[in-house]
Amino acid sequence: MKTNDLILQTVTKVAAFVIILFSLSIFLGGHYSPGGGFVGGLMTSSAIILLLLAYDLKTVAGILPVDYKLFIASGLLLSVLTASGSLLFGVPLMTHAFTYVDLPLLGHISLHTAVLFDLGVYLVVVGVTMTIIQTIGESE
Amino acid sequence: MNNLTILPVLLPLLTGIILLFVTKSIIIQRILSMLSSIIGIGIAGTLVYNVSAHGIIALAVGSWEAPFGIVIVADMLASLLVLTTTIIVCAVLIYSFYSIGEAREKFYYYAMVQFLLVGINGAFLTGDLFNLFVFFEVMLMASYVLLALGGTKVQLRETIKYLLVNVIASALFVITVAYLYSVTGTLNMADLSRKIAEIGQPGIITVIAVSFLIVFGMKGAIFPLFYWLPGSYAAPPIPVIALFGALLTKVGIYSIFRTYTLLFYHDQGYTHTLLGILGILTIIIGIIGAVGYWDLKKIIIYNIIIAIGVITFGISLMNEQALIGTAFYIMHDMIIKAALFLLIGIMIKLTGTNNLREISGLIRTYPVLGWSFFIAAISLAGIPPFSGFAGKLLILQGAAAESAYLGMAVVLLSSLFVLYSVMKIFINGFWGEEKEYPKKDIPYKKLLFPAVLLVAISISYGLGTEFVYPFISQAAETLLHPDIYLDAVLKE
Repeated sequence: MKTNDLILQTVTKVAAFVIILFSLSIFLGGHYSPGGGFVGGLMTSSAIILLLLAYDLKTVAGILPVDYKLFIASGLLLSVLTASGSLLFGVPLMTHAFTYVDLPLLGHISLHTAVLFDLGVYLVVVGVTMTIIQTIGESE
Repeated sequence: MNNLTILPVLLPLLTGIILLFVTKSIIIQRILSMLSSIIGIGIAGTLVYNVSAHGIIALAVGSWEAPFGIVIVADMLASLLVLTTTIIVCAVLIYSFYSIGEAREKFYYYAMVQFLLVGINGAFLTGDLFNLFVFFEVMLMASYVLLALGGTKVQLRETIKYLLVNVIASALFVITVAYLYSVTGTLNMADLSRKIAEIGQPGIITVIAVSFLIVFGMKGAIFPLFYWLPGSYAAPPIPVIALFGALLTKVGIYSIFRTYTLLFYHDQGYTHTLLGILGILTIIIGIIGAVGYWDLKKIIIYNIIIAIGVITFGISLMNEQALIGTAFYIMHDMIIKAALFLLIGIMIKLTGTNNLREISGLIRTYPVLGWSFFIAAISLAGIPPFSGFAGKLLILQGAAAESAYLGMAVVLLSSLFVLYSVMKIFINGFWGEEKEYPKKDIPYKKLLFPAVLLVAISISYGLGTEFVYPFISQAAETLLHPDIYLDAVLKE
């Protein structure tokens, strides 16, 4: 008998977006509330894993045609470059800077270079988790 | 404020990351990692020069001053070890180009070597105990990959062993750091040193000191905790063994050196005596292994254990001569072990076996290999004009000053057995009847180049003792007087 995942797949389509949005919210709120790059990244990859459960490796690779190993590399690069950006200003490594700006829609918010560092962490976490799961899933 | 201090960590990190992007092209990987290690030698040399000119350089990462932020501290010992490490990695890289094989090169080999370098340099330079742990893990993660890379049966078995031991050791490390943190409330080494001096090392601190000895002893393979090393180090390909044998255990020993001279020096009657006894036992175990085996790799691997015993014994003496001698000896040993592993690697490649009984008469066809091995062997044993002499002599003088005659005798006898074990390789492998080996095309001269380079460095290290001495005595000065370190880091 052929199994039918209609309910799982339909729910996944909605749930995956909600999870990704929530993970972005956790990621961006990391400076002021619990959260940050690590949990944000884990949650994003959990959304992708949900897709993997509902569909299969091939389909998900079709939806998100990315090489997660490059995620790791670019995340690391982003973090290291952010950290070493301070070398250009003649201050010790990893000295961060921030400023307040007024953006349309978002209003008065602070922009901090630590976010870029965290974005690197986020990319590495997504990359590592997905590489592990894909590699285990593909090996026979 | 000087960002130069962090560059030996930052440069290989950046190189490693860039290498992750270019896995497909082996040529680009080779060029990049070579370029990076040459620049690295330049940076490390500048660092040594600056430290010798201006004293200890401390960098407060992120502009958060010690003890609240992480400090990267380049004192003389750390800078010299960083320089030695970068030189060895450079030589091993050249050797890897011609021996490691395309399959491994495509699977992040060079990137992992760079990450290994990040961990080692970071562990040498850090001024924070938890940061030391993190750099240990960076180094160990890279070493797990390097050990398992290739996926042969023996590698997998030994990787599981190595992984288990190191995971347990790392957990112990965290527990010990937690203990120390709950007693003192700080993690910065300089601040820790000050706080421990204030409370005068009560019993609990001595317990923590011994726990650290267990942790670092497991990483650095001292007497009862060395059991994982002979098997694990025999498994991977030669360039990886050379990196491990020359660098990894020395990081554990360096950590003992650092903690026992900077933090736990108030109750020497207990901790340092224990260290001395373990050092002597380590030497004896190493001797038994080095003399007993007829396997090329195993003989050199047990020589690592002997050297670790000698260094541990040197640290335990805690007087000026012994510390200078130990610092001398660590660097000599790193260079010469790397050279020896590369040399026996060539022998194994040429003959296709690592059983010494099946090899003989190599010197007729390969005289340069033979004589380089001979020089490396007598340097290892500590024959006067060569590099192993000065360090051992100073350690012996230090031991005489402390009336540690038993230790002196063991160290002296160990030299004899070291000489016997490597001469066994020389006499059986190079002399005698020439044998027919299955002819294999190996780039003999290209493989020989980095090994001879290291031997040459070792010779000039031995001949230029007078030139090196002021640097090393400056290193020992800091170790002997922790106040210099404290003043440089805490800036009072």
